[in-house]
Amino acid sequence: MDKQKITFTLNHEKREEYIDPRASLSEVLRGEFSLTSVKHGCNVGECGACTVLIDGETFNSCIYLAIWADGKDVLTLEGLSDVNGNISDIQQAFIDEGAIQCGFCTPGFIMSSLPIIESPRTFTRDEIRKQISGNFCRCTGYETIVNAIEKTANSRHKAK
Amino acid sequence: MVVGKPVERVDAFDKVTGRAKYTADMFPENALIAKVLHSTIANGMVISFDLNDALKVPGVVKILTCFDVPDIQYPTPGHPWSTEKKHQDIADRKLLNTHVRFYGDDIAVVIAETELAAKRALDLIQVKYEEQKAVFTVADAMAPGAPLIHDEKPGNVIVHSNYEFGSFDSAITEQGLIKVEGTYHTQQVQHCHIENASSFAYMEGDRITVVSSTQIPHIVRRICTQALGCSFGSIRIIKPYIGGGFGNKQDALTEPLNAWLTTQVGGRCVGLFYTREETFVCTRTRHAMDFDITTYVRPDGSFAARRIVAYSNQGAYASHAHALVANAVNAFRMMYPVGAIKGDAYTVYTNIQTAGAMRAYGIPQIGFALEAHIDDIAARLKADRIALRQKNMMQLGYVDPGTTITCHSTGLQQCIDKGRKFIHWDEKAKQYEHQTGSVRHGIGMAIFCYKTGVYPISLETSACRMVLNQDGTVQLQMGATEIGQGADTVFSQMCADTVGIPLESVHVISTQDTDITPYDTGAYASRQTYVCGMAVKKTGLSLKRKILEFAAFMLHKDVSDLDLKDSWIVHTVSNEKLIALSDVAMEACYSLTNSHHIAAEETHHCSDNTYSFGACFADIDVDIPLCKIHVNNIINVHDSGTIINPLLATGQVHGGMSMGLGYGLLEQMLYDPKTGRTLDDNMLDYKLMTASDTPELNVQFVEPSDPTGPFGNKALGEPPVIPVAPAIRNALLNATGVAVDSIPLSPEHLFFEFKKAGLIK
Ligand code: FES
Ligand code: FES
Repeated sequence: MDKQKITFTLNHEKREEYIDPRASLSEVLRGEFSLTSVKHGCNVGECGACTVLIDGETFNSCIYLAIWADGKDVLTLEGLSDVNGNISDIQQAFIDEGAIQCGFCTPGFIMSSLPIIESPRTFTRDEIRKQISGNFCRCTGYETIVNAIEKTANSRHKAK
Repeated sequence: MVVGKPVERVDAFDKVTGRAKYTADMFPENALIAKVLHSTIANGMVISFDLNDALKVPGVVKILTCFDVPDIQYPTPGHPWSTEKKHQDIADRKLLNTHVRFYGDDIAVVIAETELAAKRALDLIQVKYEEQKAVFTVADAMAPGAPLIHDEKPGNVIVHSNYEFGSFDSAITEQGLIKVEGTYHTQQVQHCHIENASSFAYMEGDRITVVSSTQIPHIVRRICTQALGCSFGSIRIIKPYIGGGFGNKQDALTEPLNAWLTTQVGGRCVGLFYTREETFVCTRTRHAMDFDITTYVRPDGSFAARRIVAYSNQGAYASHAHALVANAVNAFRMMYPVGAIKGDAYTVYTNIQTAGAMRAYGIPQIGFALEAHIDDIAARLKADRIALRQKNMMQLGYVDPGTTITCHSTGLQQCIDKGRKFIHWDEKAKQYEHQTGSVRHGIGMAIFCYKTGVYPISLETSACRMVLNQDGTVQLQMGATEIGQGADTVFSQMCADTVGIPLESVHVISTQDTDITPYDTGAYASRQTYVCGMAVKKTGLSLKRKILEFAAFMLHKDVSDLDLKDSWIVHTVSNEKLIALSDVAMEACYSLTNSHHIAAEETHHCSDNTYSFGACFADIDVDIPLCKIHVNNIINVHDSGTIINPLLATGQVHGGMSMGLGYGLLEQMLYDPKTGRTLDDNMLDYKLMTASDTPELNVQFVEPSDPTGPFGNKALGEPPVIPVAPAIRNALLNATGVAVDSIPLSPEHLFFEFKKAGLIK
């Protein structure tokens, strides 16, 4: 099949790429751009391991066609560290709170937490739980993940 | 000292940045992809294939079928190999099978340039079967005239084992005993690690390398040699980070077939990545078990005689087979080791998905049955539920007559005390008496014991290697595997303290590579901090001795005057700093007269075992018209001996509790009773706990130091899953008076139970 050109922003940089129009965004991010933080746990939109932000909104990139990303702004976990490799507050909170075990779900959870911690409103723990219910974790029982998100959201609010 | 401190995971940074590499992340570009064709009948023979159309698909390289594979049957479970024939695992499958034994059995493979080509070709393969009647339940498989699933096992019973301690028949003749009987059923569930079963394989020279998401690289290597009929030296297994295992990856899954596939395409790299649906159906599951339990109890609550008969549904292939139900009936004996005890256990082939190891290895099953039964006894005697347990439960110094495993330490009583206080048991018990109305409250609890390793049932051995770098840091190499539980971190802590260096000076090599890594059987049985921890300690002491010997040579001092503390060679008595470890390490490496490569490698052959304990307390609401349980408050209290890392330990308990909640409330594998096809082979239909389903999880520890643990520690990884389901079931009984004897306690199930009890119409 003929490849199609897409132009989009990926982790803060403008990119042009010729891609298979049948390919999912997760395949393209992993295959063409080696962004292997984007994980596959189901490939059909059930587990959330492939979560990325598209124009600031969370999407399961395994069921999002890569050609739809044309003109959009895509962010993966790799885009959260600065050029010197310093990690963001939410990544640090995942470490501090012990919210990581096998780590396979971790990139997806961090991406799903971004709209929560960036929101001007405060979320209760129950609301945080609801917001991240599109992501499965079999290791942590979610307790420490909720802690990490809540802590980061609180400290961002205080900083404002 | 860092043992006992909540230090962060050594792999946390890599995992939080996406740098950590898992199997699929290392798959080379332009490698071939294999896809397995699975049977669409549950029992019968493959007669023939028509591959013509499939072979025409552009990009298809080769199609191999059950008629092409080596005529070798091999075993898959992750047990240490036994050199005694009668203890060897059952070899009952081939790489691809002509006799298919469940809906989803592996019968052919397409190797193609792309995944799409492989999938297209799969759809075009025509298969002719000779179908036979299939059986899905233990009762049907054991019935006279049932179809034969494996020729080697007439009657489909893989093993029937039994034991008797004391005389059951004479014990029950005692006057005044009350007989309480119950039948309990636990369901088949799946591990649902988020990373599916994954591997890829290639050849270098005439050797095969398999990169795999496994808990047991050294065992998988042995199994590959058996499946292919090749030598140990010809197989190399590499295990990168893995996205969870929970026992499923304590089995050879895709690896043996994958190892063979690369040999069929001239050694080119072939990837075999299972989909979620395949991982559900074609890997392993938790055994469904049925238990008939009878207790003869005195009016004072002491047990006079106990009887159990257990049936375990193995599914199509033996995998870990009888080891699980044997573990379950042993725990039945160990938990309440009073009176005469008699047990029988059966493991039976059926035509459903194969069961294998899953977190806590048969104990969540017996934990549900036994702890439900204890509450049934209490209800019958109108006795206090906790006092009844305390009167009969295992005490310090107990030696199990079946296994000789000894209770070297126990904090079970403190676990109960702490949980009772946290949940406000005594106040709630009064408050929740005599309830009516449609929403009722209940409290329940359950306890457990869990043996730490597999000794003396199987071999327990672990090796460790430490290499001193020129800067005084240490490379730590373990045969034991990091699977998410935090093994690399706690081994690093142990290494730091034993050698006398800070944690930052320990570089643990997370990847196991059987060409390089010292031998260990792998991650299972909650054995690693206990068994492999001892190997770290032994190796650390050996490395330290070698360092001190070299320092003594350098300093012209007696080695007995020297010690190593915080990366300094110090005087044992004055503690005076004599020379930095880094200076010793540089000299040892580059000395023109006496160079030494300072490294140590030791094996710990473990000949002991010990029990960990714990309790779960739950406070729930039951909405009777909705048939729905809401958990208001829940706590697990654990005695796992000394806690090596409280941050990671708490995380293990959270994860186990969540899995226990899923087991008790939601999860169940369902199959079509006509065809045996799995109905909920995906994460939408299979009800896994989400964050919204999960209540706040409370965790406490009591820490009696165990004299046999390397740092006073004992089992922790698996146990948290055990007591949750029975605690909730017992809370449901407390709330409604309805004794439900099977799980999950889902609304669909409770509807029938409440109807039967007359609570709803
Ligand atoms: S891989 Fe995309 S949701 Fe599971
Ligand atoms: S940390 Fe393993 S699945 Fe979440």
